This record gives sequence, C-alpha cells and structure tokens, in this order.
Amino acid sequence: MEFEPLICFEVHAELKTRSKLFCSCAVDPDADPNTHICPVCTAQPGTLPVLNKRAVEFTIMAGLAFNCRINRRAVFARKNYFYPDLPKGYQISQYEHPLCEDGYVEITGDDGKPYKVGIKRIHLEEDAGKLVHEKGYSLVDFNRAGVPLIEIVSDHTRNPIRSLKEAKEYLETVRQTLQYMGVSDCIMEKGQFRCDVNISLRKKGEKGFNERVEIKNMSSFRFILDALQYEIKRQSELLKAGKKIVQETRLFDERKKVTIPMRTKEDAPDYRYFPEPDLVELDISPEFVSLVKEKIPELPAEKVKRFVEKYGISRSDVLILTKQRETADYFERCAEYTSNYKRLSLWVINELFRLLKSDSIGIKECPVKPKAFSELINLLSDGQITEQIAKSILEEMFVSGKDPSEIIKEKDIKVIQEKDVLEQMIKEVIAENQEIVEKIKSGKREAINFLVGQVMKKTRGQANAKLVREMILQQLDYLSL
Amino acid sequence: MELCDLSAYKLSELIKKKEISPKEILNSVLKRIKEKEPEINAYITVTKDLAKFQAEEAEKRQRKGELLSDIDGIPIAIKDNICTKGIKTTCASNILANYVPPYNATVVDRLLKAGAIIIGKTNMDEFAMGSSTETSAFGPTQNPVKKGYVPGGSSGGSAAAVACGEAVFALGSDTGGSIRQPASFCGVVGMKPTYGRVSRYGLVAYASSLDQIGPICKSVEDCAMLLNHICGRDPKDTTSVSVSIPDFRSALNQDIKGIKVGLPREYFVEGLDSRIKDKFMEAVKFLQDAGAIVEEISLPHTKYAISTYYLIATAEASSNLARYDGVKYGIRQSSDGLIEMYKKTRMFGFGREVKRRIMLGTYVLSAGYYEAYYLKALKVRTLIREDFKKGFEKVDCMLTPVSPILPFRIGERIDDPLKMYLVDVYTVSLNLSGLPGISIPCGYIDDLPIGIQLISKAFNEQTIIKLAHFYQRSMEDKWNLNH
Ligand SMILES: [Zn+2]
Repeated sequence: MEFEPLICFEVHAELKTRSKLFCSCAVDPDADPNTHICPVCTAQPGTLPVLNKRAVEFTIMAGLAFNCRINRRAVFARKNYFYPDLPKGYQISQYEHPLCEDGYVEITGDDGKPYKVGIKRIHLEEDAGKLVHEKGYSLVDFNRAGVPLIEIVSDHTRNPIRSLKEAKEYLETVRQTLQYMGVSDCIMEKGQFRCDVNISLRKKGEKGFNERVEIKNMSSFRFILDALQYEIKRQSELLKAGKKIVQETRLFDERKKVTIPMRTKEDAPDYRYFPEPDLVELDISPEFVSLVKEKIPELPAEKVKRFVEKYGISRSDVLILTKQRETADYFERCAEYTSNYKRLSLWVINELFRLLKSDSIGIKECPVKPKAFSELINLLSDGQITEQIAKSILEEMFVSGKDPSEIIKEKDIKVIQEKDVLEQMIKEVIAENQEIVEKIKSGKREAINFLVGQVMKKTRGQANAKLVREMILQQLDYLSL
Repeated sequence: MELCDLSAYKLSELIKKKEISPKEILNSVLKRIKEKEPEINAYITVTKDLAKFQAEEAEKRQRKGELLSDIDGIPIAIKDNICTKGIKTTCASNILANYVPPYNATVVDRLLKAGAIIIGKTNMDEFAMGSSTETSAFGPTQNPVKKGYVPGGSSGGSAAAVACGEAVFALGSDTGGSIRQPASFCGVVGMKPTYGRVSRYGLVAYASSLDQIGPICKSVEDCAMLLNHICGRDPKDTTSVSVSIPDFRSALNQDIKGIKVGLPREYFVEGLDSRIKDKFMEAVKFLQDAGAIVEEISLPHTKYAISTYYLIATAEASSNLARYDGVKYGIRQSSDGLIEMYKKTRMFGFGREVKRRIMLGTYVLSAGYYEAYYLKALKVRTLIREDFKKGFEKVDCMLTPVSPILPFRIGERIDDPLKMYLVDVYTVSLNLSGLPGISIPCGYIDDLPIGIQLISKAFNEQTIIKLAHFYQRSMEDKWNLNH
C-alpha cells in the first residue's frame, strides 16, 4: 500500500511595521523586557485599540502576492483564552471575514511543473507577549504583545501540498515573497516566522480525506520536515495495520525527532470568537487595494524570468542571485557598470558570498560598492589581472572598502598587460630546467606542473596559472618542431 | 440654599461675574460631603486635596480673568469606572480595589482642560452591572430623597451626589439605562448621548457596543453645558464618530410648538406601575397643551429588548472582564499554579452579579450556542434599530417613562435578578440602537421621584434638550408656585 501525504500550513509572520497593531509602541524584538509597552498593549482597564493602517496594507500586499481575493468587508474578532502572556484575555484576530481569501502560491511541483498550492485565507492579528520561566516563578515581557502578525492558511483540500519537497518549496516561496515585499523579515530564530502544520494520508489514487493531525512547536524548516517525515511514517504504519487516525494536535520533540500527543479534538479549546466591538468593520475600497498594489515590488518569479532573459545567466544561478531581494538588487546595481554578466554572477555567487559568509554579514552590509565590484570584474575580463590577483584585490576591497585601482596602485601589483613579459619568463624557466623538459618530451606530461610552478614563482603569483600552462605547452611544441 | 445646591449654570455665571470664588463653591461641596456622606455613601474616593489644589488654580484664573471655560472652577464627580490618572479607579470591585490608572480617560482630560474640579469618584454597581448600586463591593448608596431606598444604578453614586449637593454635576456611564434610571430615581437629569458621541477611551468596558459616558446634572441646562465639553471624535476611540458638534446650549429656551412627539404603544403594557403611567400622562398633556403634537407610534420588537440586551451585554462582558486575571494589576490571590491563581483571584475579586453575567456571557458565546443566542440577539438588535428608524420617520422624538416601577427599598430586589433586569425595560432599547435619551424629573409619588425619558434620532440631541429644557423650566415654575 502506498500513501500520499496531504499537507497544509498555518504560517504566522510578524509584520515589519514600525509600531504595534493597536498602539503606537515600537516593534523591537531586541529591546530590554517591557520597555515598549503602554496602557493599550498591557490591557489597562478602559483602553481601546486603534488599528495600524500600515499593517492592513501589508496584509493586503501579502494577499495580492498570493493571488487572494481582497474582501471588501473585513471584521476583527476576539479569540478568547486565558494565558499570562495575553494581557486582555483575548487576542484580536480575524475569524469570519478575513482581509484575504482564496488564493494560491505557485511553486515547482515534484513533477517539475508549476503547481498552485491553494491558500484558504490570510488574516491579520496581534501577537502575544513572552513568558520567561525562572526557578519557581515566571516573568512576562509584553514588548511583543500587540505586534502585528499575519496568518497564512494553506488549503487542505484544494491543491494541497503533496510531499516534503513541496512543503519545503512552499515555505521557502512564502518566506521569500514576504521578505521581498518588506512585509516581514521572517527570521525564524527571532520567532518572526512560525508555523503549525496539518497532515493527513490517503492511499494513492484515492479521492477522499482521512482525519488530519496538527503538529505544533517546530522552530526551523529542518524540524518541520523532520516532524512531517515522522508523522508520515507513523500514520502510514497505523493505516497499514488497519487502524484509524484520530484528529488531534501533536507536539514535535526536537531532540527525539518524534511527535507526541498534545490534545484530541474533544479537548480542543473553545475560543468563543465574536466580532470585536471596539473596532469598526473595515470597508476596503478597490481604490485602496490598487494603491497598495502599486507598492508591491517585482516578486521573485518575475525577477527570475527577467534575469534569465536580460542577463543571459543560467536559471540555476539566477535562482541563487534572486533568493534574497538585496542580492538581486546588488547584482543589478553592479550590472550597470559591466556587461560581463556571467562573470559578474559567478563572482557574486562564489567570491562575494564566501567573504560575506566568513564575516557573517548580509549583502546589505557589504563594504564593496557595486561600482567598484564591477570595475574589478572588468579588469579581470580584459585580462589585465589574473583571477588570483583579482581574488586578493577583492579581499582587500572587502576590508578597506577601497576601489580596485587604488589597491593596485598602493600595493604596486604588476598588472600584466602583455603576454611578452610572460613569454620571456617562460623561456627562461625552460632554459633553466632542461631535464624537466626532456622528461615531458619523453611522455611524463605531469612534470609540466613543475614548470608552471616555477613561472608562478617568478611572477610572485600574479600570473594566471592556466594561461601559463597553455603558453608552456605552446613553447614546448614549438621547440619540438 | 447653599452654593452646592445651585446649578452649574448658575454657578458659572457667578464665577464669571466674580461674585463667588471656586474655592467657596468647593468648600460648600466639601462641607456637604462631610455632612451627608456617612449616610449616603455616594463616593468611593473623595479627592479633597486635588480638588483644593485645582480650586486654587481656578481662582487664580478667575482673578486674572483667564477662565478656561464655562465650567472652570465647578466641582464634578466622576463615576468610578472612568479612569483618572493617579486616582484609584475601582469599578466598585474588589478585583480593582487597589487599581490606580496610569492614564486619564479622554473625557477626564477634556474636563481638566476646561478647568473643572474633580471632587471624587462615585459609587456604582460593580463594573456597572446592576440597577440599584447595591452590587458595589463598597456598600450600597442611599437615595438622598428617601432613606432606605436605592438611588438606582449603576451610576447611583453620581446621581445621589448631584441630588444632595455632594457634587454640582457628575459623569456617569450608561450601558442599559445606568445614567437615565438613577437620574430618575434621584430626581435629577441624566443623559445618554448617541453612541459614538463621547469617547469611551478610559471608560472601563462593561459592554463595549452599548457603553456610553454621559452627564448627570441638576438641570437640562447643566447637561447641555457639560455635553459641550465631553463630545467629539477621539482618535483613541475609533468607534467615536466624527460629526459636527453643535453648541448644545443653543437648544435651550426654544419654542416647542409643532414638535412631533411619539408615544411607543408597546411601552404601556403590563408591568408599568399605573401611578407612574398617570403621572406620565400628565406630562404628555402638558406638552400637548404647550403645542407639541403627540401621536402613538409602534416599536413592535420592544418585547425582545431585555433578552437581547442581556445576551449581547453579557457576551461582551465575559470577554471584557477576562483581563482581570491577577497577572498585571489589581488584586492577586497567590496560589500554587496558574489555573488555581486565576480561579482564586476571580472568585474573590468579583461579586455575585458580575460572576453571574460572566457565566451567562461565556455560555452565550460557546460553541453550539453562539448561533442560537448571540447571533440571534444581533439580528433582533437590528430589528429594534429598524423599529426606531421607522418611528422617526413619523416623529421628531419619543416620550416614555424611564422606569416601570418606583425606586425600591434597598435589598428588595437584589435576590431576584430577573426582576431587577426588568427595571431596564424602557432604557435598554436606546443602547441597542445607539440612540440618545434624556431622563428628566416629572414629579413624585409617595415622596419618591419619577422621571420621563425623551428619545431622539442619532446625533440629534438638540431636539430632546430643547423639549426637556422647556418641560423642566415650566415644571419648576409650576412647582415653585405650588410651594
Ligand atoms: Zn503599546
């Protein structure tokens, strides 16, 4: 018996607004506890929420990017439950009339074809505070209370996710799109991107749906996939044994990599949702939606297409370059100063990324200015410097932020402009190493490496080794004639 | 007659003419509090020192001729569910017995800006849940008109304070009649403005979609004067409405000839004390004689108002009161474990009536009952609103009794919640439909005051102020002649 998993996600992404959803406190995940709080977000008696317009715009942006219908009438609702990190005793969320409904996220399916994962709804809500557990007591930090969140719910029946690979692809696409629009930073470690997942199994080819299981408490993509993998195994074993799957919520144990039961459907809390009387219903006009639409930047899929066409770079390289909007932007700024796009993309992907990684900084903080980077690429392309020199210049640029020409001048790097210089050196080396030449001629071709090494030594490593090798071979062929 | 017995309108004139000083008024009020408070219990907190300081400042302004407004220097009492920065705001509940708000309600800010002197925080039914001020955790308030009787509720403290000169005027809040009914029971004037007229920011929520702050005063003039200061859109309350605010005083001293007054047929059925009905009809006759055109109208869904009100109000309350969990402020009953702490805190902190309403509201919103109760109540609410809309196609305002019964004895109804809830039968519909209403005295039965209620279209308070002022002025003349 073979089973296919049907997977849907509830993704929570913290919005990158300057202030909270219902008060003017700043959103700052790094601030000291309880330094960004006020009467409203600590639920002082008598306070009222005032909706942050920017958060509504961000939600609509997400809705448009994921091809949703933007509802004209949107209503906030209270989700009632008690917990110390929830100051009002209810969370202001959306229930019956969310801002966005019925969309899709296009990913590459397992069959390699585009696949439109169904999106049920996207709604706007507020985050809770954070509990800090000490020995014998707990403390609560309300800095995060009231930070805007969007919840993106994918569909379990309409075009659900069908494999772990698609799950990964889906999450990456969602995260990348939100980051592109500046709607959320989606840093999982900071809790800015959290998800719960629902999974059910069915026999391949079947049409119906089995009971599904919700899994919570996964703090990374890796753990999400681990949890799903475990759950697929667990559920298929149960089904094979002729047992039923019960609808329940399970927790993922990161250490043991298993899911454990948390509560069954019967124990599910009754949140007693009802329309929030402290906020008026939203009337989202088509004009407002079009204004928001204009704020959406070029999204990843379009950018990939354009990069491939405009710069003639391979799709796989473009995918790397466009993974983050900042990298793509950097590349495009560089591309204004050089026409050697292939070399440029290679150098961004290989050399620049390596340096950024070793300093663990992002491309936004990159000390190498695009114009200078392109200047380096141009020097290399014109054959004025060798790859090795280019690499060392780049390292220097990375440290000092100087232009390549400046560095070349300062360090007195010999820019090899004419092959004659090199030819002269090669002749000398050949003359000095006749036994080696003989060896090569007698068939020991690998001995040529010694000669290459000697030439490189003479140029103090400033020559292109590949070129040197070719030139030596040419010389030897010439001699043998 | 002492200064504290004068209307705010009169005192305002005297202050302006520099015939009396704010300090003199305050002293008169404080003296009255000292005399009466042990018996009446209108206040939970008297802010004597703050008031003295404020009066001092007001007097300086008076001397310099720099009065901030027509209420500058006049002492006002604030219901204890309206937040005052640095002054205890308890909602007459044990759970907030020690709560000192870190901010002012918008209305309080507005009053302070106008120079009004805050004299104290008045007693009320706990979290405004009640019609008699008996559910207060700090003891009931006595009706100053007749000892042993309730002052009505939930703004009973405010109404009693105004009635006996312990304040010149006051703010109350009205969720189902909590301003109008105590005003009627104490023989003063109380007004619930249109929902959205006055900011709710800082009013501790009982039922958010029904709550509204309003004035309780000795006269309609005072009401108009105070209303001028508290109305207006507030960016902190997005349910407050941005509409033009007239000078409500311009509705005073107007002719009422030709004004169309509707009597809702459904309000005069069983349950209404016949003596109240007779008095009410006298008022109708008087207005008719003065040129008002009176006609009968119908509000067919009236009989569902009380049940609709209690479903919606308790549903909202169950959620609004969830924040009192012992975690952030107020009283905490420490215990092993979180759930136990919640239970003990709320069990100790809330009184019986509050618990009853939380339970009721929680039930109303529960899965499986939501559609049958809450959603249905919302639908009926719409029908009640429609009733009024249709009614106001025919008339300019409506006239009804405020309460079907006379003020009752303390303890008489407290053990029968259903009987208590029925006291609000004429007032709750206005909260459900958001309409403004004013309660004005229309005489006495067995030495107990009764009142009539005038209702107008939304944001049309001027009409009822006009009529109410005409009536009150005429009656005072008449009563004065009789004395
Ligand atoms: Zn805040």
